[in-house]
Amino acid sequence: MTIPQCPLPVHGATQLELKGISYSYNSQPVVRNLSLRLKQGDIGCLLGPSGCGKTTVLRTIAGFENIAEGSIVLAGETVSREDYTLPPEKRRVGMVFQDHALFPHLSVTRNIAFGLKDWDKAEREERVETLLKMVGLPNTGSKYPHELSGGQQQRVALARALAPCPSLLLLDEPFSSLDVDLRERIGQEVREILKAQGTTALLVTHDQFEAFAIADEIGVMNGVEIQQWDSAYNLYHRPANRFVADFVGEGVLMQGVVLNEMQVETELGTISGEIPLECKAGCQIDVLLRPDDILHEDASTLQAEVAKKAFRGADILYTLKLPSGRKVLSLVPSHHNHAIGEKIGIRLAVDHVVTFTKNQHSELEALG
Amino acid sequence: MVGGWRLAAFAIALLIVIPLAVVLSSFLSPEREIWSHLTEHVLPGLLANTFRLALGVGIGVTILGVSLAWLTAVCEFPGRKFFSWALLLPLAMPAYVTAFVFVAWLDFTGPVQTLLRTAFGSSGWFPSIRSGGGVVLVMTLALYPYVYLLARNAFLTQGRSALEAAQSLGCSRAEGFFRVALPMARPWIMGGLMLALMETLADFGTVAVFNYDTFTTAIYKTWFGLFSLSGASQLASVLVLLVFALILLEQLSRSRLRYTQAGKHTQSERIRLAGWRGVMASGFAATVLLSAFFLPVAQLVLWSASVFTQDFDERYLSFLWHSLSLGAIAAALTVACALILVYAQRHHTDSWTRIAVRIATLGYAVPGPVLAVGIFIPLAWLDNQLIHLSKSLLDYNPGQLLQGTLLVMIPAYLTRFLAVGYNPVESAMQRITSNLDEAARTFGVTGLQMMRRVHLPMLRGGLFSAAALVFVDVMKEMPITLMTRPFGWDTLAVRIFEMTSEGEWERAALPAVALVLAGLLPIALLVRHTETNR
Repeated sequence: MTIPQCPLPVHGATQLELKGISYSYNSQPVVRNLSLRLKQGDIGCLLGPSGCGKTTVLRTIAGFENIAEGSIVLAGETVSREDYTLPPEKRRVGMVFQDHALFPHLSVTRNIAFGLKDWDKAEREERVETLLKMVGLPNTGSKYPHELSGGQQQRVALARALAPCPSLLLLDEPFSSLDVDLRERIGQEVREILKAQGTTALLVTHDQFEAFAIADEIGVMNGVEIQQWDSAYNLYHRPANRFVADFVGEGVLMQGVVLNEMQVETELGTISGEIPLECKAGCQIDVLLRPDDILHEDASTLQAEVAKKAFRGADILYTLKLPSGRKVLSLVPSHHNHAIGEKIGIRLAVDHVVTFTKNQHSELEALG
Repeated sequence: MVGGWRLAAFAIALLIVIPLAVVLSSFLSPEREIWSHLTEHVLPGLLANTFRLALGVGIGVTILGVSLAWLTAVCEFPGRKFFSWALLLPLAMPAYVTAFVFVAWLDFTGPVQTLLRTAFGSSGWFPSIRSGGGVVLVMTLALYPYVYLLARNAFLTQGRSALEAAQSLGCSRAEGFFRVALPMARPWIMGGLMLALMETLADFGTVAVFNYDTFTTAIYKTWFGLFSLSGASQLASVLVLLVFALILLEQLSRSRLRYTQAGKHTQSERIRLAGWRGVMASGFAATVLLSAFFLPVAQLVLWSASVFTQDFDERYLSFLWHSLSLGAIAAALTVACALILVYAQRHHTDSWTRIAVRIATLGYAVPGPVLAVGIFIPLAWLDNQLIHLSKSLLDYNPGQLLQGTLLVMIPAYLTRFLAVGYNPVESAMQRITSNLDEAARTFGVTGLQMMRRVHLPMLRGGLFSAAALVFVDVMKEMPITLMTRPFGWDTLAVRIFEMTSEGEWERAALPAVALVLAGLLPIALLVRHTETNR
């Protein structure tokens, strides 16, 4: 669906660029030398544990915080430098807040029309109508925010932010106040709406499934920096470092010894794949094993004892104890129901070998 | 026991229903000539005076309260932290005390006009302080803290995200104040305004100092000047109708809007008022605070010192004793009744109990003179019945058994201040969840043992603040005390009334100092409460 009142976006152009921005609070660095770039129409996401600087990044882009170094370029215009911050009201950046921040004293219609006060009346009314329809809430215009459910408030907040045709939409943990089962559904709806309009957006969340549901590209943040900026697929299957491997998805690191450029010997057998160049034969290395890398096979000679199990509907996630005492995770279709203490056969099926050399030091036994 | 709570709640509700019914039914047996005198010569003036007063005070407290609340809640300027709590201090001043200090200063014979005359030869151009403008000025200075307190709370809890949302939609911060912050705070501002207007309608002492006639003084004069209790009662009924109209107006203004706070409670960066703007803000707050509190208090202390040796005697101690003991009796009784209401509501969730509690706590809106008249009339009637009965049965005239006793005064205090005592007890009780009761019950703790071991320890703080608030309010109370006190029961407030009627400002100062000191107690509680919640 296209919105007639908004200018059609130019595809492919860079819409947002952060060039090495830094921000400190009480002389504690919150964000350091962070860069990222979003093309017109892209949906980006900053994913990280709470307490990392991801919300701060959003607030600097919105213009609520001044940056200490670097610059922020929005649709070709530098809006933030170390000595200059264009006020938020002049940026044309829409924002969806964690708590929605709907104005409680205004009806839904007037909330959405809040940013349209310079539009003429007929256009404004048409715009509000269109948006209400788009977010699936026709006929609720005369209600007040407190009369809506959490999911409905969420959609009104989205409509309000989109109303003035922002050049960029920021979403700060937008689904954290919703029920878990609503999150993924609304997340996908939001993605469809944004894609239909060609809106460039940047989302912040600590929930990886939320990030996967909405974003094209995801930056995993830890502390003050982005660890890896990539697609969801690559973050899971090709994590750049131990932190990303740990934060995205589940898995364990298994010690192994390099046999040659293509093979690692582990307790579970030999794994083939690309080995980092600095590792020669005989060197110790850690191999990332996701739960879907270890298959259950009754006939297998490799036996492991069930130490823990978590029923997940279609699958059961087993924590298995190997003869050496090490533990691995295995995702098994749930009709293979085994009791704790039982020995079951397993087999390795690694598609992407992810290894970390020993000098990337940290003790990661059971991740996730 | 369980049914008893509800029954007791109904009985307490009757305490307010009876006087209101008595007052409103006064038209059933009108004293025609007095009523026609009142409607012809008194009522139009009273209505006009009351309207002007309410309008003036309403505008005054809104402007002062909201602007000071915005400055201290959202901006940063020199002295902001001090002003945040100090601006509540005027609540400790009974309005009639501020009133007589201002009249003493600004009257024709006062120091200001005397100074003007020595400087310019004449002070005829100086506006008379004994006018509508004078009352409005003093009442605004005494009552703005109600609006200030609530509006400040609203601004502080609004959180930054609503304002930031407005900014991200193209609003400047100044625009955001008028389009978002102010309308969002409206229910709180209205709440504060209503409290201030109720106080205005109920005020007796201040308008008496200014000789500015309103319903309260007219009721007093009709009763004790014209000796017409039914005329007083009829005036009281008009006043009751005005109060109800005010309550209705407030309810209507809320309609469908329910303003829960939007956004989490994060303190945003304050707006820094640098240079002359900061100085202006400090100057404004300081001017209000000096004229509403510090200068009047300084004046009271000076006056007290000048009359201390001659006025501080047994009579003064008896005023003090009467004030303290009345306060203590009323506080104990009120807290007990508040506790009963709270338990009734805890044990019964039916709408009748809820309505009974609502009615029982409505007394804060009913002006003292109305309650005085409404309680005096049925007790006087009962007295006459008793005399009649005693005469016909025993051939003995016992005299008035009820009228000249505390039996009129204490119920009047109780109804007037029950809401003041109820609120802290109720909010303390709300913290005791039903899960807690059930947890206690699983250990076999029930009934009175539960009250003693679980409820009372948790309610203690609430009970204490309730008692303190009622105690101080009763000490400051003037019209009920004046109209219904037993012979010889003069209190500090009565003494102030008598001295100010004579224009003896210095001699009114000594009892006033005691009232201000007592008034500081609830303010200290309030400040501690609001500041620890920040």
